Amino acid sequence: MTIRIRFRKYGIMKFIGHLDVMRFFQKAIRRAELNVVYSQGFSPHQVMSFAAPLGVGLTSDAEYLDVELSDIPSPEEVLARLNAVMPEGFCVNACQILPETPPNTRKENAMSIVSAADYIVSLKDGYQTGLAREEWRSQFCRFMESDRIEILKKSKKGTKQTDIRPMIYESGFSWQENPDSVRERYENGLTVFLRTAAGSTQNLKPELVIEAFCEFANLSWHPFAWQVHRLELYRHNASQAFEPLIP
Amino acid sequence: MKKLALSDEILLTIEKPARYIGGEVNEVKKDPSEVEIRFCMCFPDVYEVGHSHLGIQILYDMFNKRNDTYCERVYSPWVDLDRILREKNISLFALESQDPVKEFDFLGITLQYEMCYTNVLQILDLSGIPIYARDRTEEDPIVIGGGPCAYNPEPIADFFDCFYIGEGETVYDRVLEEYKENRRVHGSRRDYLERIARIEGIYVPALYDVDYNPDHTIRSFVPNHPNASPMIRKQVQMDLSHTYYPERPIVPYIKAVQDRVVLEIQRGCIRGCRFCQAGMIYRPVRERDVEYLKGMASSMLASTGQEEISLGSLSSSDYSALPDLVYYLIEELGKKGVNLSLPSLRIDAFALDVMSKVQDIRKSSLTFAPEAGSQRLRDVINKGLSEESILKGAADAFAGGWNKVKLYFMLGLPTETEEDIEGIAVLADQIAREYYVIPKDKRNGRVSITASTSFFVPKPFTPFQWVRMCTAEEFLQKKDVLRRKLMEQLNYKSIRYNWHDAEVSILEGVLARGDRRLSGVIYNTNKKGCLYDSWSEYFHYDRWMEAFQENDVDIDFYIHRERALDETLPWDFIDAGVTKEFLIREYRRAQEGKVTPNCKKACSGCGAMVFHGGVCYEERKGDSV
Ligand code: SF4
Repeated sequence: MTIRIRFRKYGIMKFIGHLDVMRFFQKAIRRAELNVVYSQGFSPHQVMSFAAPLGVGLTSDAEYLDVELSDIPSPEEVLARLNAVMPEGFCVNACQILPETPPNTRKENAMSIVSAADYIVSLKDGYQTGLAREEWRSQFCRFMESDRIEILKKSKKGTKQTDIRPMIYESGFSWQENPDSVRERYENGLTVFLRTAAGSTQNLKPELVIEAFCEFANLSWHPFAWQVHRLELYRHNASQAFEPLIP
Repeated sequence: MKKLALSDEILLTIEKPARYIGGEVNEVKKDPSEVEIRFCMCFPDVYEVGHSHLGIQILYDMFNKRNDTYCERVYSPWVDLDRILREKNISLFALESQDPVKEFDFLGITLQYEMCYTNVLQILDLSGIPIYARDRTEEDPIVIGGGPCAYNPEPIADFFDCFYIGEGETVYDRVLEEYKENRRVHGSRRDYLERIARIEGIYVPALYDVDYNPDHTIRSFVPNHPNASPMIRKQVQMDLSHTYYPERPIVPYIKAVQDRVVLEIQRGCIRGCRFCQAGMIYRPVRERDVEYLKGMASSMLASTGQEEISLGSLSSSDYSALPDLVYYLIEELGKKGVNLSLPSLRIDAFALDVMSKVQDIRKSSLTFAPEAGSQRLRDVINKGLSEESILKGAADAFAGGWNKVKLYFMLGLPTETEEDIEGIAVLADQIAREYYVIPKDKRNGRVSITASTSFFVPKPFTPFQWVRMCTAEEFLQKKDVLRRKLMEQLNYKSIRYNWHDAEVSILEGVLARGDRRLSGVIYNTNKKGCLYDSWSEYFHYDRWMEAFQENDVDIDFYIHRERALDETLPWDFIDAGVTKEFLIREYRRAQEGKVTPNCKKACSGCGAMVFHGGVCYEERKGDSV
């Protein structure tokens, strides 16, 4: 049986990289004494899949992981046991038992179904954009009206001119947010919402959008000035609408 | 939310920011304003290395059990952060509270290998603590050293306020109580050091004067204060089954060198190899009760969620209840998908059975440490491992499906000849031949043998503490001889050869048997930017050599001369249990090629009986009549 867990990553844990988060959860699941299914062989490991790796420095309200258990107490119990062994900076807040995959169909995993993500990008205190807040906002709206947004995307094969506009699904200065979101808040109040493509076929990091905007508006780009926070991860549901990984 | 000492910008610029943020599972959290003593525990190497050390995990646990004390941790910043801290003038901080180390009452530094000494200076420097103890004021923490290198603390004595000689479980409480008392009576830093000089095991270098002969040997080493004892007795925790052990060890986020739970099954070693310092200074052997260990294993795994457990000891095979413990662990842990790792097992039927249960035979390798290539030389060093048993072990293992062998040797051992070196090549070849005795269809591919050599470094408190060490040229010649001899073997294509760096060994040799005249050298070397000397990419032999010249110190004096048996050695004031008479006796037996039985076979009267316990008082099989 596979369960899907949603968790938050915040505070100092934003400095823990994706591979270490995976290791962390393997240990946390043991501490919580959940009965995981192990792979066979001499160094058994847990069968686990993370939805979309979160870069170092980012915080999140909605990370997802799938893990196979041999028995499941109850979703509430899973959450309670896991939270009892979490250090500050990690917290699980939803758990869903996934339906059994019918025979002869490929098993879905969190990784393969992600299609989009919501982000909140905030200017950290102590940094300046070079523009007043309102001016920054209106320039950003103009930027988003562009038909094409070309950036140089680096890949293994070298750099390539790419149009990222189609990968930005939504943007704006208001959004729906859980009041207990763990994102960091700053005094300057300059924050922008983005919904971008995510997943294994198409993926756009929100930082690239801000960087492209800085170039558009002729502002200097400072890679450490922005705190990126992931609000939610989506899949396409049957009617091709975006639906959170745990609805 | 926790406030970090470093900005996001710094943390996102450097390698592995998780080294500096603390907040790991099982980290102890206390309100610093609610304790009386703040102790910062330091392992002077990078986080992944330092974190893996069991000793400071034990002390961390022990200190934090006291309500009046908060023990935190600090490790050496990696070179990238080192540069930034200096550029931006950021004071080194402890992981838990992120407060500057300078604000602590104590800075305890464990000294596990000599090549960490420049890192010790880095820690002091980045913390803003004066490097020389004599320059420190009432504002500075008390800097206390411990660990195996404290058995000859003299090269770094000037940098420490005091040293704790031996195992931490015994008198640290008194060290802390005296601190509170001294504060209550408004005593000074100096008053405190004079107070603790009376505690057995505590060495306060400033309370001793050293005088040298014209040839630089020590003329006299005498206390200059009535509280300072002429001999410092090492501390030993005799009962290891009723004492501190970290039931909830910290779980790092990044992969540490030791990414597993470590179960220390015993301390000390019965073997008495004559080159081995650990085998002498941790005498007598004391075992932990097997039931205690079983319980401890379960609680540590439950509290950490680690997927591997390893047995810690100098020679696991000598632990009397090993089969009981190991089969229990295999059974219990197997159910939970936990791996067992077993370093330091002597290859025999039991070991092979266990290994076949816990490892993939095709991937794992057999390890032998004959240390010397000939039986003659193995007798000189008292390494009780015969060629016969190595070949038998290898043959059995090959029959069981193994095909990889790792062999460890030393070059430059006392009395070594070319034949002894050739013996290494011959032994490696013989092992390979054993493999090809197996019928072809039963073999598992080719055999692969890796022979590694390190260079012999004489250490204090061993029977070889007087001997001359080889020069770098001699070492390299020996290595070349071995390479040539290996090429001459029938199975040379199956044998890989690795050797250590000779220059690091030379320095290790100087520092291991050094005296107080070396502090200036270490100071200058660090000022030249030397750090992480144990990491070959950061080791600068030339800078060290410059520093020796600047201080007019000749390294030959420390390593390339045979010391007289009646010479006053820099570490003679430490009573490590083993007596000088015993060491001399062992040295003579070495020269005669006579082996000395291990402590379980017969007592050789080394002196460790003064600690009233352990193997010295156990009944011996075949001992009666
Ligand atoms: S006193 Fe005897 S038994 Fe005890 S450690 Fe020394 S040699 Fe071994």
